[in-house]
Amino acid sequence: MTMAVSQSDGPILRIEGLQMRFGGVAALQGVDYEVPAGIIQAVIGPNGAGKTTLFNCISGMVKPSTGAISLDGRRIEGLAPHRIAGFGVSRTFQHVALFEKMTVLENVMLGRHPRTRRGFLAAGFRLPGMRSEEKRIRQKALEFLDFVSLAALAEADAGTLPLGKQKILEIARALATEPRLILLDEPAGGLNMRETEELGDLIQEIKKLGVTVLLVEHDMNLIMDISDRILVLDFGKVLASGTPARIKENRAVIEAYLGVEIQC
Amino acid sequence: MGKKNWLILLGTALFICLFPVLVTRIKAVSNYVDVMVFAGIFTLVCIGLSLLMGYAGQISLAQAAFFGIGAYTSGILTTKFGLNPWLAMPVGMILCGLVAWIIGVPALRLRGHYLAMATLGFGVIVNIVLAEEVNWTGGPSGMTDIPTLRIAGYKITSDVAWYYLVWGIVFCALIFCLHIIHSRVGRAIRAIHEEEKAAECMGVPTARYKVRVFILGAVLAAIAGSLYAHYVTCINPGSFNLMWSIRFMLMVMVGGMQSLWGALVGTVLMTFIGNEWLRMFAEFEILVYGSILLAVALFLPGGMVSLASFSALRRRKKPSALEDAGS
Repeated sequence: MTMAVSQSDGPILRIEGLQMRFGGVAALQGVDYEVPAGIIQAVIGPNGAGKTTLFNCISGMVKPSTGAISLDGRRIEGLAPHRIAGFGVSRTFQHVALFEKMTVLENVMLGRHPRTRRGFLAAGFRLPGMRSEEKRIRQKALEFLDFVSLAALAEADAGTLPLGKQKILEIARALATEPRLILLDEPAGGLNMRETEELGDLIQEIKKLGVTVLLVEHDMNLIMDISDRILVLDFGKVLASGTPARIKENRAVIEAYLGVEIQC
Repeated sequence: MGKKNWLILLGTALFICLFPVLVTRIKAVSNYVDVMVFAGIFTLVCIGLSLLMGYAGQISLAQAAFFGIGAYTSGILTTKFGLNPWLAMPVGMILCGLVAWIIGVPALRLRGHYLAMATLGFGVIVNIVLAEEVNWTGGPSGMTDIPTLRIAGYKITSDVAWYYLVWGIVFCALIFCLHIIHSRVGRAIRAIHEEEKAAECMGVPTARYKVRVFILGAVLAAIAGSLYAHYVTCINPGSFNLMWSIRFMLMVMVGGMQSLWGALVGTVLMTFIGNEWLRMFAEFEILVYGSILLAVALFLPGGMVSLASFSALRRRKKPSALEDAGS
């Protein structure tokens, strides 16, 4: 399987002065950060630190109050989510958001949406090329299901899957859009230890495809194992950033957050 | 669109073809052909509404208004301007499509049931216009002497000829919509209904797609309206009021919102109930409709098609995810 690789040498994601206020609450207060292409970038921080808000800003689900977000040099802040998806950003959700009444395969087929074109009239009249496009969508979707080892469940309704498989299916659906940047929002939430290990392997496989991974997660073992760089947010600000080894030794991080988490 | 749907389509087509042959032999029910012409016309409206309600998850209370715009466009253009009915029909379709676009863009950009409110208002306005613009529409007493359709010089006058014409068009529309459902855009529409934010993040322009489905429904209603005008040859605003919009919704719900076949079954059933079997209730009709709606909502939320248990059959064939979870 091949993926679109980042087109420039600069950072794939650049965030400048990003602020997000909800009424009087500032969820993000001036975040500056750059993510180099092709790495696994973890984002950690206590609850309410602004991790999910950061994801929502990048994927277009909320419009940042001020600041800029660039993907490969192209400004994307404030665009509609479907356009940002078209530029190569895909995501999963903290609370699984699958199309439960559709089959596992159909869920992934939907992920092909930004990579295919035919509209209502072409579909209704079965214009030439429609059938072959549909076949290609199905085949590609099966490839992605195979990649995450869910091909055997292709025909099951997505809603009948256990949580662990649903989380993986969400990743497959996001990958099917062939993103340059994938945002994983607590993918290990609710998974048991073995499932979490498999998830870690899968995320590393995704990195090998050339996709940059942005990962919000509470499971510190997973974070320390697989991430190349860690960004620590606290109260909507950057508290620290660096390699896992350096973050582990960072006094401010330990005080604010890590010490408590690692013990439990 | 799958073997199952083609089989149902074939079976239904066979039944529809044979229906007049059987019915016209029995005197007591020979007028059923006429009822079925109406059922076919209403089915066109309900197919579009089913796509909108059952698949895109939006409610429109203006389907009767679009139906009316289609009917009156045909009526006015053929009687006042002498236009060929086959040219008047596409004019009505374009007009309805445009109007739907104008209403749909602002109403469907917002999440929630703004479309229901916007269309409710629009339906009432259309009805007032139809009743007040006496010079054009004939006012409350309506229009008469709308010409019937001709094909290759032959007038279509008999019920049976109309029956085959209308149901032929219904099947074309059904196949068109089934193709859409089982395509990339159809998947996107179902996805919007299930998890709008996820669909949006997977690259589906949700607002635009909802508008398109709404437009498609309006265009289908326009075709139905035009056929209706040429079939009954006289029309009045009473056939296009809010009550009819609610009836169309009821037809879709009784049949089953989650399937286009539901729209077909529900419409035929409700048309027979309305036109034939419940005549005796006269003005208490509305009570009967209310009771039917309540009964369906309480005891058969999936509508009539859920009785046929196609979905149950399908489910049995599917591997259960839970059994395979350990592998």
